[in-house]
Amino acid sequence: MSIVTVQLGQCGNQIGYEVFNAICSDFHSTHGICSKKENESYQEACKERFFSEEKTGVPVARAVLVDMEPKVISQTLSMAARSGHWKYDHQSHFCQKQGSGNNWANGYSVHGPRYRDVIMNLVQKEAEKCDRLSGFFTVMSMAGGTGSGMGAYVTQCLRDAFPTSFILNQVIWPYGTGEVIVQNYNSVLTLSHLYQSSDALLVHENDAIHKICAQLMNIKKISFRDVNQVIAHQLGSVFQPTYSSEGASQYSRSPLGDLMESLVPHPELKMLGLRNIPQMSENSLAYSTFTWPGLIKHLRQMLIAHAKMEEGIDWQVRPPLPGHPVPPKASPNQALHFNTSVANLVVLRGKDVQSVDLGGFRDPALYTSWLNPQEAFHIWKTPRAFNKYEKSASLVSNSQFLLQLMDNVVGKAWNMFASKAYVHQYTKFGIEEEDFLDCFTTLEQVISSYASL
Amino acid sequence: MTQSVVVQVGQCGNQIGCRFWDLALREHAAVNKKGIYDEALSSFFRNVDTRNGGDGADIHKGKIFSLKARALLIDMEEGVVNEILQGPLRDVFDSKQLITDVSGSGNNWAVGHQLYGCRYREHIVEKLRRMAEHCDCLQCFFVIHSMGGGTGSGLGTFVLNVLEDEFPEVYRFVTSVYPSGEDDVITSPYNSVLAMKELNEHADCVLPIENESLFSIVSKIHQMTNSGKLGSTLKQNSLLTSSAGSIKTEQEKPFDAMNNIVANLLLNLTSSARFEGSLNMDLNEISMNLVPFPRLHYLVSSLTPLYTLADVNVPSRRLDQMFSDAFSKDHQLIQADPKHSLYLACALLVRGNVQVSDLRRNIERLKPSLHFVSWNQEGWKTGLCSVPPVGHSHSLLALANNTCVKPTFTELKDRFMKLYKKKAHLHHYLHVDGMEQSCFSEAISSLSDLIEEYNQLDATKGAPRTDPSRLKIAM
Repeated sequence: MSIVTVQLGQCGNQIGYEVFNAICSDFHSTHGICSKKENESYQEACKERFFSEEKTGVPVARAVLVDMEPKVISQTLSMAARSGHWKYDHQSHFCQKQGSGNNWANGYSVHGPRYRDVIMNLVQKEAEKCDRLSGFFTVMSMAGGTGSGMGAYVTQCLRDAFPTSFILNQVIWPYGTGEVIVQNYNSVLTLSHLYQSSDALLVHENDAIHKICAQLMNIKKISFRDVNQVIAHQLGSVFQPTYSSEGASQYSRSPLGDLMESLVPHPELKMLGLRNIPQMSENSLAYSTFTWPGLIKHLRQMLIAHAKMEEGIDWQVRPPLPGHPVPPKASPNQALHFNTSVANLVVLRGKDVQSVDLGGFRDPALYTSWLNPQEAFHIWKTPRAFNKYEKSASLVSNSQFLLQLMDNVVGKAWNMFASKAYVHQYTKFGIEEEDFLDCFTTLEQVISSYASL
Repeated sequence: MTQSVVVQVGQCGNQIGCRFWDLALREHAAVNKKGIYDEALSSFFRNVDTRNGGDGADIHKGKIFSLKARALLIDMEEGVVNEILQGPLRDVFDSKQLITDVSGSGNNWAVGHQLYGCRYREHIVEKLRRMAEHCDCLQCFFVIHSMGGGTGSGLGTFVLNVLEDEFPEVYRFVTSVYPSGEDDVITSPYNSVLAMKELNEHADCVLPIENESLFSIVSKIHQMTNSGKLGSTLKQNSLLTSSAGSIKTEQEKPFDAMNNIVANLLLNLTSSARFEGSLNMDLNEISMNLVPFPRLHYLVSSLTPLYTLADVNVPSRRLDQMFSDAFSKDHQLIQADPKHSLYLACALLVRGNVQVSDLRRNIERLKPSLHFVSWNQEGWKTGLCSVPPVGHSHSLLALANNTCVKPTFTELKDRFMKLYKKKAHLHHYLHVDGMEQSCFSEAISSLSDLIEEYNQLDATKGAPRTDPSRLKIAM
């Protein structure tokens, strides 16, 4: 089954390009760890999932590109075409001339309705190219106007038009010290609206990825391209084909469905975080070896201790002992030492995946009390290595990973809202103060739900 | 891609405008090697096929034939505009895009606004409409004028009104040159305050400029150029004040150096809208992020670097110096010190070979020494444009919405009151049809209100911060 990707705004299009690039590069990777038959099976599944075939033989990404100004899309289309290995369907894009001006209201209330039909037509065409549609993967940032505002509107439209398909929103959390001054407003508006129509929100934080680039990848002058490539790698490590159940003989046909089933047991809890190890520069990779026990131990501690990467993990944090339940956290601001999970998914790729012991992740102490670990923990694996990593482990977690982030963004937005700063820019396009209040209420509810896990 | 139209009014406005078009051509020539009319060019220029003479049709793609500026030149005396039309830039301007008269406005805002405004309103509207029709998607009007005189100040603000009435959806960015204390036009305080009321009410964003600041930047560069040791290694076309490499080849006029700075300001402001980058910053984003309350739309601008050494290997330390300079009072285009006042918002538009990590590093470094208003502690808007300006490998434009504009306005108010109390020269204004005493009292009241808004914000500076309590959710 296939996934249709909708790339929204500058960020969405820039990242979307890197994702397809990473997937294609992995497709062609010749690591020789697994058998030829295995590799062919993998490639077949990958192609069906992400690309459609064209007469020329160059795979065409299953994607719709949307932006309110033309520069980024034209760059993205030409970069893909130049790669020689894949490309976009040049009909499958929509852009306008003027951009959304970082104004969520402009993206949502003006551009969204105005261009709804054209965009949904493009999506419909892509969906029809699929033999079977697994669902939609949207890529967008929360800080700007198009990805965030128009992205929220498009997600709603997708939900209306495809009520039985899965929708996963890949959302980019902006740097804490501004890329956009009104980013907190835009983020609050986006999150609260997506919560209504999306099945799950998968979050990547610019600050965290930036640190990975600086400390793990050793990049001196970090560009957005570098950040986007790390994000693409992490996404590829989850969504490339895997066997999603023990003893399965075929690569999973329904990745999005599997994801939702595994990780989103309750509609109030749909915020997902992603961790992937190991992550390092290509040069270092040649000299490193990893053991599965080592990787799993690190990944588990990253989960428990809220670590964003494999360096600087706080090993002091431990799950509560059985019989000593974690005291409910009075406010999210209290130092969150231990990260309680709703559900976790670990994806393993590479050499000797069959032998990996994941008992540590089945510890009931990791999870909230109303789910038992059998239901809360899932594994996907494949012996086929991902990109250049002999062994690679990823964790997609529905847990308190994002609690602090959400609390911060709501706090800052509320602070600004109290002074009414910039509100006139939104009311100009039809988002009123009451709309803001509704969004704040929705998010406080989500924060509260996660805090009381 | 969108288009912008420049409306240059009065002597000062037209002289700055002229330098803008010259440097814009220079910038595009440096980037556009193939002579193809592209989207970037179309933001400020039309491509007209003049082979068959006459009007010439607009050509939207392909080879460049004849570039025409999307400009409207307005002046109530002919000298400046005639000079432009006879000078080396004459082919850039469409001869129909002019409105001139003969006798000037006599440094009288009322003459510019009421007399000429009424007389030429229809003309102005007609020409603006024609220019808008040539645009695929008109996003912004740039008005360039001075505040102290009669035409730029009076007629310029009249045009601003017309723009709002006729094109309410299009942004209005105004570049205003404010008079200095020792201005030799005695009535400049009257003209400026009357114009301020219009700017308060009808502009989306105002970039105030003061000649003193431009002059000190010119002196600084002059010093560097003539200082012997380093002088010979400065890249001539990199000087913020230079016309090197542009069409204009004859002797530089006295104000050219200063006007080039303002021209560069406008080029940098629009660079991210015209050229590609990893984090685009369009004009509508500038207005969205930097104007938290409708009337507080005065932005203090600073440009760095002022020049580049011919040495190609610029170490990272120099890059950081560029960021520090942007916040120093020597680089501001008005006499103000933003570091010691309160920031409401700040935008950094970087051009050239600068990446997001450089930007983040410098923001982290400079943040502690700057005071931001309590509800916008991380109020930074950033943009990265890949194309550097001519002669530089990178550059930075900082736009600050900061209470440091207050002294400029209070001084203006004081100078106004000095004259007004004695009713000096008032009769020259009240003579003009449509002018009444109330125009004056309303204008000064508008300015006072604005100053008061800044005062209230300043009062919050340094006050202990109490965050408003969050919504409580019943579980």
